[in-house]
Amino acid sequence: MSEPVRYRRERIDRGIKVRADTVFVLATLRDMTYLFLPRFLPVLALLVLPFFVSGGYWEKVLFYSCMFALLALSWDLMASVGLVSLGQALFFGVGAYISGGLNHYLKMPIYLSIPLATLAGAFFCTLLLVSVLRLRGVYFSMVTLILPLLFAHLIETLDILGGTHGLLSLTPFPSGWLAMYLGIFAVIICLFGFRKLINEDFGLVLKGIKDDDRVVMAGGINIYWYKAQAIFIAGGVGCFAGALMTHYYQFVGRSVFALDYTVLPLASAVLGGPGSFAGATIGTFLLVPLSEVLRALGGLRMALYGAILIAALVILPEGLFHYIERKYHQFERDVRV
Amino acid sequence: MQDEIILKVEHLTKRFGGVVAVDDVSFDLRKGEFLGLIGPNGSGKTTLINLITGFVKPTSGKITYRDANITAKAPYAIACLGVSRSFQMVRAFHKLPAFKNLIVPLYSPRVKKFGGGRYGERDDVAIDLLDDLGFERDSAVPYKTAGSLPHGYLKRLDLARCMALRPDLLILDELFSGMAMSEVAATLPLIEKFNREGLTIVMAEHRLKELFRVANRVIVLNFGRKIADGSPKEAMETEEVQKAYLGIEVDG
Repeated sequence: MSEPVRYRRERIDRGIKVRADTVFVLATLRDMTYLFLPRFLPVLALLVLPFFVSGGYWEKVLFYSCMFALLALSWDLMASVGLVSLGQALFFGVGAYISGGLNHYLKMPIYLSIPLATLAGAFFCTLLLVSVLRLRGVYFSMVTLILPLLFAHLIETLDILGGTHGLLSLTPFPSGWLAMYLGIFAVIICLFGFRKLINEDFGLVLKGIKDDDRVVMAGGINIYWYKAQAIFIAGGVGCFAGALMTHYYQFVGRSVFALDYTVLPLASAVLGGPGSFAGATIGTFLLVPLSEVLRALGGLRMALYGAILIAALVILPEGLFHYIERKYHQFERDVRV
Repeated sequence: MQDEIILKVEHLTKRFGGVVAVDDVSFDLRKGEFLGLIGPNGSGKTTLINLITGFVKPTSGKITYRDANITAKAPYAIACLGVSRSFQMVRAFHKLPAFKNLIVPLYSPRVKKFGGGRYGERDDVAIDLLDDLGFERDSAVPYKTAGSLPHGYLKRLDLARCMALRPDLLILDELFSGMAMSEVAATLPLIEKFNREGLTIVMAEHRLKELFRVANRVIVLNFGRKIADGSPKEAMETEEVQKAYLGIEVDG
């Protein structure tokens, strides 16, 4: 009687990965393609996508996805410092209202109102959150959850900034292409910029604060200053997205503080794999179009959406990006045991 | 060498609710001294260290470091003045390679002031520091993630983190706890060397034999109160210290 032949799956890291971790010596074109293709292809796809969806409903979806990607990236940056935000809507809304207000009341052109909203919004959000930087974990999250609700109610009850009607007929972008490419370039710059930033020494300090802030303090580093810097950058990105959206729809209302702008970026980052920025971006470009497709299902949409999220969390808790990255860097083969 | 008073602790008290963790402790520390801080479990050694390094705010009392009042200052501000501490429970960035753990203190304003810490060079400085503390630079050990290192290495990593700050006062909180005898034997001469080179050291420790080899003065705490202060021999001969260590109820 013969033993049944059994196989064991063997996973081996590709040589290039081992070499490329710290040393960048690329010998062959094959190595270079291996490294650059996964970075280059998504960028290329993003750049040509507007030509395929131009003018239609899906153009709006693409723009929408870019805005959510910016929010997800901003969430991921804050999460890298250990600041788990439940209020990306705060950044989005503040940026939207500053830009809308400047345009509506001061008749400021968009090439001034958008940069101003980005900077002023980042300052404003940082100032708001500086007072609660000492709070850790869930306490910080709760404050960020409450702040956008607070602003929505302030605007409603005090009837300021257009109250429940919002600010209407703001200056539109001179062309849809400009808005679209502003959004796309912002996503690309943030994605690669953040990935670089987090691997610099500055980023190491940020990640250190997440892992153990007491060690960082014992290392002579003012953690509150670094947290504030991270919030400033994340806030700026969120505010920029809000400002773009305002002028894209030529309207700003209380809905910019809605929970959607908090939940969707968070869900995207979790689905894609937090901490990698690429994961957050992939997550958004899957979830936003998906939620649009599911719109046809009416009431069932949210239920199905939730089910997909839960399934993703159970099956792939590490996130899509980390899984894909791992598989890309390994080859597998069956070896006879 | 024993001239300037580097640290002055006056009537330091810390209460946690009804518990008096540190009770009216005063002492001076001169430059170049090697002070042992001993006492039974729960006697307030770690709290005293936390108070000096700013991690816990005192209820009352005053701490002066080199003419600067550092009472209740932020931990990072005190660290930047040159007071570096280790942690009793190993605290490290477990996901990072060991040498990257040292980037954080090397990135601090204090070390930046010394210069020579531009990007890239910091990695080299970190490897040098680890090499000094027995992480062989040619081996894979300094490049492994901190989480995969054995306990003894982590303790030494913590010591390296302290030294990365180029401290003037080093405070070690039970550095040897959980270390194997051979590891202790390898680390002790290093600390001795730092002291000989002029570094002032405070060391809280339970391993008295090793401590007394290096410390030239000990302070004994019991229930938060200082019960002895002097050379190791003197201190251990005090009746109160013997009672505390033998577990006999102190009368009154």
